Amino acid sequence: MIEEKPRKKRKAQVAKQDCVACGCCTKVCPKGAIRVYKGLYAQVNEGLCIGCGRCAAECPAAIIEVVKVDA
Amino acid sequence: MKKHWYDYLWIVSIVYLTLGFFNILCAWIGLIFFFLPLLIAIFGGGKLYCNLFCDRGQLLSLLGKKLKLSANRRPPVFLHKKWFRYGFLAFFMVMFGQMLWITYLVGAGQRPLSQHVKLLWSIKLPWQWAYHGGVSPWVAQFSFGFYSIMLTSTLLGIITMILFRPRSWCVYCPMGTMTQLISRARSRSE
Repeated sequence: MIEEKPRKKRKAQVAKQDCVACGCCTKVCPKGAIRVYKGLYAQVNEGLCIGCGRCAAECPAAIIEVVKVDA
Repeated sequence: MKKHWYDYLWIVSIVYLTLGFFNILCAWIGLIFFFLPLLIAIFGGGKLYCNLFCDRGQLLSLLGKKLKLSANRRPPVFLHKKWFRYGFLAFFMVMFGQMLWITYLVGAGQRPLSQHVKLLWSIKLPWQWAYHGGVSPWVAQFSFGFYSIMLTSTLLGIITMILFRPRSWCVYCPMGTMTQLISRARSRSE
């Protein structure tokens, strides 16, 4: 029997309540997977996010983390 | 990534700050940087100004990333906390109000024109060489006051750019806090 490991994928996660909606993250995302929603906070499109972490490194408030999620 | 025309607005920041060294009356142009973001937010554009057009944000990005002047450190947590952002906005508004009050007093003839630029709300720099007369004293007083605010906030932006991440200023920028508040109010009323 082949044992299947649960696959984990890396995704960017924004702490919405702390986001200042400056949009720095949107400028560095290679996939266009993050955008500022109505001037409120940054929103990640998990389908497009490849978990590269560029947005997390760019965020001036340092409120984006790359986390492992179940695929 | 493809460059757009609005990716070069950092030039506006440099031109604006430079003009203030030659003719302080040019400080009035800076009202655009105050009203435009507010109007965009009021008419439903959210933080489009911060996101795409902010000249200062672009300048800090350029200095921090291209010229590698930023330490690229995580800023302290309090910087993005609401009490700090709202507190800084309140402080900023009080100082702005005081500047308007002084402008009024000069206009009413109750105070002489002060040809200084005040850095960090405390350090008085002689600046009379950038004023060549020809306008009502209050018009000149507003110029000195407004330019002081612009120079002070740029300086704060540069300090936090060096210490933390390039656009750390954006986290506590009073304009950014205001446009986010307007966006929140709009989304709540929708």
